[in-house]
Amino acid sequence: MDLSTTYLGLNLQNPLMPGASPMAHDLDTVKRLEDAGAAAIVMHSLFEEQISQEQFASIHHIEAHAESFAEALSYFPRPGEFVLGPEQYLEQVARIKAAVSVPVIASLNGATVGGWVEYARRIQQAGADALELNVYFLATDPQETGGAVERRTLDVLRSVKQAVTIPVAVKLSPFYSSVANLAAELTEAGADGLVLFNRFYQPEIDIEDLEVVPRLELSTSSELLLRLRWLAVLFGRARASLAVTGGVHSATDAIKAIMAGADAVQMVSALLVRGPQHLRTVRAEIESWMEAHEYESLHQMRGSMSLTRCPDPKAFERGNYVRVLQGWRA
Amino acid sequence: MSDSTQRRIVTVDGNEAAASAAYRANEVVAIYPITPSSPMGEFSDEWSAQGKPNVWGGVPLVVEMQSEGGAAGAVHGSLQAGALTTTFTASQGLLLMIPNMYKIAGELTAFAMHVSARTLATHGLSIFGDHSDVMACRQTGFALLASNSVQEVHDFALIAQAATLRSRVPFLHFFDGFRTSHEVAKIEQLSDDDLRAMLPADLIEAHRSRAMTPDRPVLRGTAQNPDAFFQAREAANEFYTACPGVVAETMDRFGELTGRHYHLFDYVGHPDAERVVVLMGSGAETVHETVEWLLARGEKVGVLKVRLYRPFSVGDFVAALPASVTAIAVLDRTKEPGAPGEPLYMDVIAALREAQDKGFARFTTPPTVIGGRYGLASKEFTPAMVCAVFGEMAAASPKPRFTVGITDDVTGLSLPFDRDLDTEPDDVSRAVFFGLGADGTVGANKNSIKIIGEETPNFAQGYFVYDSKKSGAMTISHLRFGPRPIQSAYLVKRASFVACHQFVLMEKYDVLGYAAPGAVFLLNAPYGPEEVWDHLAREVQEQILEKRLTFYTIDAVEVARKTGMGGRINAIMQTCFFAISGVLSRDEAIEKIKESIEKTYGRKGDEVVRRNWQAVDETLANLHQVKVPESVTAAKSLPPTISAAAPEFVQRVIGVMAANNGDLLPVSAFPVDGTWPVGTTQWEKRNIALEIPVWDAEICIQCNKCVLVCPHATIRAKYYDPELLKDAPPTFQSTSFRSQEVKGFKYTLQVAPEDCTGCSVCVMVCPVKDKTNPKHKAINMAPQIPLRESERENWAFFLSLPEPDRTRIKLDVKGSQFLTPLFEYSGACAGCGETPYVKLLTQLFGDRLLISNATGCSSIYGGNLPTTPYTTNRDGRGPTWSNSLFEDNAEFGFGFRLALDSLSEQAEDLVRTLAQQVGPDLADAILKSDQSSEEAIAAQRGRVALMRGKLAGLSTPAARRLEVIADYLVRKSVWVVGGDGWAYDIGYGGLDHVLSMGRKVNILVLDTEVYSNTGGQQSKATPRGAVAKFASAGKSMAKKDLAMMAMTYGSVYVARVAFGAKDTHTVTAFLEAESYPGTSLIIAYSPCIAHGYDLAMGLEQQKLAVETGYWPLIRYDPRRLEEGKSPLQLDSGPPKGDLAKFLYNEARFRMVEGIDHARARDLLVAARRDVQMRYRLYELLAKSALSTEATAAAAGGDAAE
Repeated sequence: MDLSTTYLGLNLQNPLMPGASPMAHDLDTVKRLEDAGAAAIVMHSLFEEQISQEQFASIHHIEAHAESFAEALSYFPRPGEFVLGPEQYLEQVARIKAAVSVPVIASLNGATVGGWVEYARRIQQAGADALELNVYFLATDPQETGGAVERRTLDVLRSVKQAVTIPVAVKLSPFYSSVANLAAELTEAGADGLVLFNRFYQPEIDIEDLEVVPRLELSTSSELLLRLRWLAVLFGRARASLAVTGGVHSATDAIKAIMAGADAVQMVSALLVRGPQHLRTVRAEIESWMEAHEYESLHQMRGSMSLTRCPDPKAFERGNYVRVLQGWRA
Repeated sequence: MSDSTQRRIVTVDGNEAAASAAYRANEVVAIYPITPSSPMGEFSDEWSAQGKPNVWGGVPLVVEMQSEGGAAGAVHGSLQAGALTTTFTASQGLLLMIPNMYKIAGELTAFAMHVSARTLATHGLSIFGDHSDVMACRQTGFALLASNSVQEVHDFALIAQAATLRSRVPFLHFFDGFRTSHEVAKIEQLSDDDLRAMLPADLIEAHRSRAMTPDRPVLRGTAQNPDAFFQAREAANEFYTACPGVVAETMDRFGELTGRHYHLFDYVGHPDAERVVVLMGSGAETVHETVEWLLARGEKVGVLKVRLYRPFSVGDFVAALPASVTAIAVLDRTKEPGAPGEPLYMDVIAALREAQDKGFARFTTPPTVIGGRYGLASKEFTPAMVCAVFGEMAAASPKPRFTVGITDDVTGLSLPFDRDLDTEPDDVSRAVFFGLGADGTVGANKNSIKIIGEETPNFAQGYFVYDSKKSGAMTISHLRFGPRPIQSAYLVKRASFVACHQFVLMEKYDVLGYAAPGAVFLLNAPYGPEEVWDHLAREVQEQILEKRLTFYTIDAVEVARKTGMGGRINAIMQTCFFAISGVLSRDEAIEKIKESIEKTYGRKGDEVVRRNWQAVDETLANLHQVKVPESVTAAKSLPPTISAAAPEFVQRVIGVMAANNGDLLPVSAFPVDGTWPVGTTQWEKRNIALEIPVWDAEICIQCNKCVLVCPHATIRAKYYDPELLKDAPPTFQSTSFRSQEVKGFKYTLQVAPEDCTGCSVCVMVCPVKDKTNPKHKAINMAPQIPLRESERENWAFFLSLPEPDRTRIKLDVKGSQFLTPLFEYSGACAGCGETPYVKLLTQLFGDRLLISNATGCSSIYGGNLPTTPYTTNRDGRGPTWSNSLFEDNAEFGFGFRLALDSLSEQAEDLVRTLAQQVGPDLADAILKSDQSSEEAIAAQRGRVALMRGKLAGLSTPAARRLEVIADYLVRKSVWVVGGDGWAYDIGYGGLDHVLSMGRKVNILVLDTEVYSNTGGQQSKATPRGAVAKFASAGKSMAKKDLAMMAMTYGSVYVARVAFGAKDTHTVTAFLEAESYPGTSLIIAYSPCIAHGYDLAMGLEQQKLAVETGYWPLIRYDPRRLEEGKSPLQLDSGPPKGDLAKFLYNEARFRMVEGIDHARARDLLVAARRDVQMRYRLYELLAKSALSTEATAAAAGGDAAE
């Protein structure tokens, strides 16, 4: 059974991989993921804020009270080797790279062009095989147009591409007025892949304490549908390879994503709940499904249900909306 | 640290200079932190943690012990077992080492220790420098070697090590605390080759050969009888006789190697000098400088610097003096009350007499010798004072004993001196910088010295004066640059460059008093170059005009804000200094500043480097010269430092100190025994908060939580009769008092605008949110300046409102916060986590409270002059407070209790004796009074007053005796207060003993989990995984469970509290502890700046600490056994949520991740386990109750015996 795929120019034995998540913090977990058949390791994100704000804040808290009082010129020791957030990340890239034989895809999360982009180059130096650029951004400024938001996204990509030679995937949110157009522009600007979609943090409201509580719920398979649609739309239209993330929990989910056009399938919530070995289960189930349905390779099914190839393309477009709404009324 | 063969030019302070040589020349370092020596141990620890080797390739082992006594023991053992060993200490720490020093010397052990000489605590404590500590060691058998400058500290650290190995006499190498230990100077650093050349292998082998080893067993430490001890003690004489010669040879050898030549006594001055001053320490450099100045003016004067003070070589001393000398003044930086003279003076007298008797005195005429004290506790010692001493020697009948540097108008011992005399050469640039601790001024200046010292041929010196308050702390930096090594061991008085980095300081201090005529003045001000002049007070404008100052200004805060630097204006102001002063070319200076920024932060953060660079680049465009008008335009004067309403002593003495002019106060101004009035912080309005809380009476629910958490007692609540409002100022706010018990009252929450530090903890705790705009709470921060005038008036009115009747207040969180705090406006850090507990203590029991306070943060904010926070209520009652030592606090407080018990027993006996005379019913009521409530105590006070009335009419001696001690019939409350360094480490032995005694002593441990006051060294309270000094990779051992240890007695009331997590629990624990008839121990979780986060978040962190099980809340009350219950109550739930959530909000835990990720993970796993295990254990204990039957049976069993 040929499960191989090509994602970001990387030849992978199968399309399954952990998505960006805290799983990559722990080397043991990473090794277990590889053992369970992960075709690549996507690391947790290094955040722009981590590079700029946190670095500054840490130094601030250590130094804030220094040289103020005669008996205590400082309050912390000065270890010779002391690194803050981003350095640790780079070390973790190197550690994971050394520990596994599959490709390592590092992840940078940022929304503005700035000094932090320099870390893309250092991530490459640390051994990453590819980079996932997560342009998480919530446009809250009424003065800022959608066009401006997209331009900035493109600028960030261009500056990252300038800094590295490894492939770069852009992880998008679904909240653009024209995802297809943006995808085309990103590809034009050098994106080697698109990852659909970023799951926004969805803060909860505490009505007792009148507080906004930051929260991230695990995904469910229902979230896959949005991604399937856009995979189907983009497949064959953008040169970049496509990955799905958010909502893949089972072999069925994975097969759907591949049929919609995904080159790679990222899983997070399911692995967090069921552990790394769940990857092996999903893979085995894909194989048995393919066997039962007489598929020889993934290649056969990739994009088979995309907009360009599926029997009823309107189902992905407005027609789907009308039909579902009507069906619901009925 | 240098490389192996190259001598490098470095700019370091005295502590680093000592540690650099000592660390590289030793194998084991055992220390205990004490100011001002702590940095020597810290440098060693850092180097050891970084794996830096000594000169033989091994990495020295550095350990922190539980006390200096412990360090001395460890040193002694390590030396006996054959390792080259050193230690660093000062002051009381050195005293704790004395017992071992006798042993080490008696055993002729090669050992060099390094002491930053510091004042011993007598009538008061001082962290500053003099020789009283080292002089207390002159009888131990140690050689005493004095170094006078940073270069000498470095050199003598090695000379001491070499000489001890050669002579076998142990060495105490000392230098002046702060003046030398903390002075930054340019020196030549010795290479490893230099060290190896001075410490040859044969001497080290000899040391090893004397080691105790089972391979060549010997016995030491025998007990000797009268037949043997005396002779055996004399057997070592030859080593002491030989020692000066060994030191002289060692110095010669050192001179050959380095070109720096030293002698046992170094004479400088006229070859035919008539007047010579003899002294040691940094003052000798000032005398040296003054002698040169006097020589140029034709005076025949000289100075003899004593290097090796013990063993004192009489022959070398006499030989070093010019034969022409007719008058000698010996200066001692110590005081020996009752002695015929101070120690060095006595030695000089003895030496001269011996020389005369033995016939080797070469003097034309026997010189007269006078002796004086100078420089106690870092009192300034200046050329003007030196001139006064030389002047006195020339007088017809000089004072035989004198002091210099102060005005002694009581015993008339002091020499007058010319305060305006300026002897400093013109080619030395002098600069003074005023800043706040938080703005990075000192760090920037240290960096400037480094740049100038290491990038130009100039010599450089920096000395830094710090505030005694920890919040809003001012710093004054004194910098000198010049073509020759700088010997001026005194503050700059006339500077050619004066910078004020904080505009507020212009209102409080005479900043321009430091400016020489024609100087440059740089002011950071929130105004443009056109407006700044108009914001200056009249006195400031006058000085600018009179002294014809060139005036520059910059809005550095704005530049910092624009470049994302927050409040750090250091790089900006440093750039200004270089741009204006012309020490380096602008371009070169900027390049060097940028280089050093990169060197400091490069590894830690590109972004930090980038922002700093940007700030530097933005500076010059924002730096403006101010066009100074022809004449003074300001109408307003500087506000007084101390309120005009303050009592006479506060005005006359404390006010002068608060205005930075304490040096001018004469001896008569001071109490003779260190007794000081209470309640003085109220008179010093510091105005340090940029923003203060503002009350919204509409939505406030009157919970008083803000009052409880305020670290500085600057937000308070009262309820009162509405009638009283008729005199209220127009903006005074008030609302109806919500209460079930009392009706018809008004309620006010009022802020002290000029005392608040702006920490915003009160806003954080406020549970109220405006329903339509939850951002808005019942208290909100707003800029202070627009509110200052009106709120000052409101605060005064608030204070004038009656205090509530203590006997009618319900002692819960809300009720307790109507009680007047008798601890207010302390100098503790903004957001301090300790002071809310101390304040609560004074609210609950302040009118009957004796506090014994261990040395540490709480003794500094509690008792550091000029103004102190403990105060009185309207009856004049309040806490009486004292700090004895660091190590003896529990015993000291226990002593209070013994005295109280003794006096109250005597009083009771006398009441019984006089029962008929005072009235049997009254006597009976007094003797049987239950004083367990406020009401009962008030009743007893009433009875005692009644009895006093009756006693007045009696004429018996018993009545007189009872009158004196009658107040002891009213119960007093003894609280022993201190930090974890005291309770867990240095004072633990005593604490443990007091716990075992069962007397009514309450102990409050303010647990910051680290030595806070001395700068973050680990204690046994430091938790696993936290970074601290001496645990720089994160502490690997778990925190000691002091609560558990105390519970094992079964007779001690124990509580672990955290006011930010559960305030009712804290209040309850304090009340239960007080009511418990035996000893109590409260361990109070105290957020601290040494934890590395914004203390505004301190309450949230306390909540997380309790929630995650990091800090379980417990109460252990032995009284519960009587009810058949387990004494232990677990007052917080099982650990919930990930411990990491709590830990990683704090830099102390986060840093471990930065150092070693894998280790951080392991420590986290272990810390999680600690939390679970401790909770389970507590849970088990809380569940193991004896049944009532079993309790009864146990009681019956007792009875049967």
